Amino acid sequence: MALSEPDAEAGLLQRLREGNEEAFGALVDLYHGAMIRFARGFVRDQAVAEEVAQDAWLGVLNGLADFAGRSSLKSWIFAIVANKAKTRAGKEARSIPFSAMAAREVSGTEFAVDPGRFLGPDAEWPGHWAHPPQSWGDRPEERLLGQEMMQKLTRILEGLPPAQRMVITLRDVEGHDAKSVCNILGVTETNMRVLLHRARSRVRGQLERSLADASERPGLH
Amino acid sequence: MDCNELVEVITDYLEDNMSPEDRARFEEHLIYCDGCTAYLDQMRATLAAMGLIPPQSVSVQARERLLQSFRDWKKTL
Repeated sequence: MALSEPDAEAGLLQRLREGNEEAFGALVDLYHGAMIRFARGFVRDQAVAEEVAQDAWLGVLNGLADFAGRSSLKSWIFAIVANKAKTRAGKEARSIPFSAMAAREVSGTEFAVDPGRFLGPDAEWPGHWAHPPQSWGDRPEERLLGQEMMQKLTRILEGLPPAQRMVITLRDVEGHDAKSVCNILGVTETNMRVLLHRARSRVRGQLERSLADASERPGLH
Repeated sequence: MDCNELVEVITDYLEDNMSPEDRARFEEHLIYCDGCTAYLDQMRATLAAMGLIPPQSVSVQARERLLQSFRDWKKTL
């Protein structure tokens, strides 16, 4: 997003601090929907997530004077959402701390691809594809960008284990850099990378299955 | 590098978190492996698609409530 450019962000900050309502409205339009989506990862309930996002904006306004710009404005805002959401989820006594969720989800082995798709140890080329992925065509993004596939993709993300979902949402849907994701969630870089890898691998695998099903049933939607 | 290893380090490759030596091994493998080339293309397309998921739209009421909060906050400046 254009606001990640430091100059644009400095200008915006200045206007916010001066009480420029248009600047604030623009920021709301940019991030409020994404903040609600992110808060859903902690509190699940849509109405509660909306309250969390609303509450986070008050935190943003009250913190503006002290915001020192050590992180981007965007990642600072999302860190406030994370804090508000954690507090809220804690009050409702239904939350597992993110660090505990992350620890659970990085433990054990999870293969990016079903090991059965590779040749076994006795083959001439062990570890190479027995059932390689099929090309999605010259412009694969076009196959994914239709409304049906976008909805499917959203459902795939919602079905991920919670820590994986939060990491991939911040990194790949909202476009935060890796360091910001660690800061926002309070997770180590090592664990963040494992979660991101597992999440991306799952999403690709499920899209591959969806697209294969779709081509086996031409005309069916 | 075997194919089953490549799919496990692909995130390090895409996130630029790899030593130059591993990067070279990764790219060398791609030269002769159509399966892994397709896999990398699929992963890149997946990432591109995720970046294009539209955010939830903000309701007029929610937006107005936030602007009101902003006006209240402004009075405290």
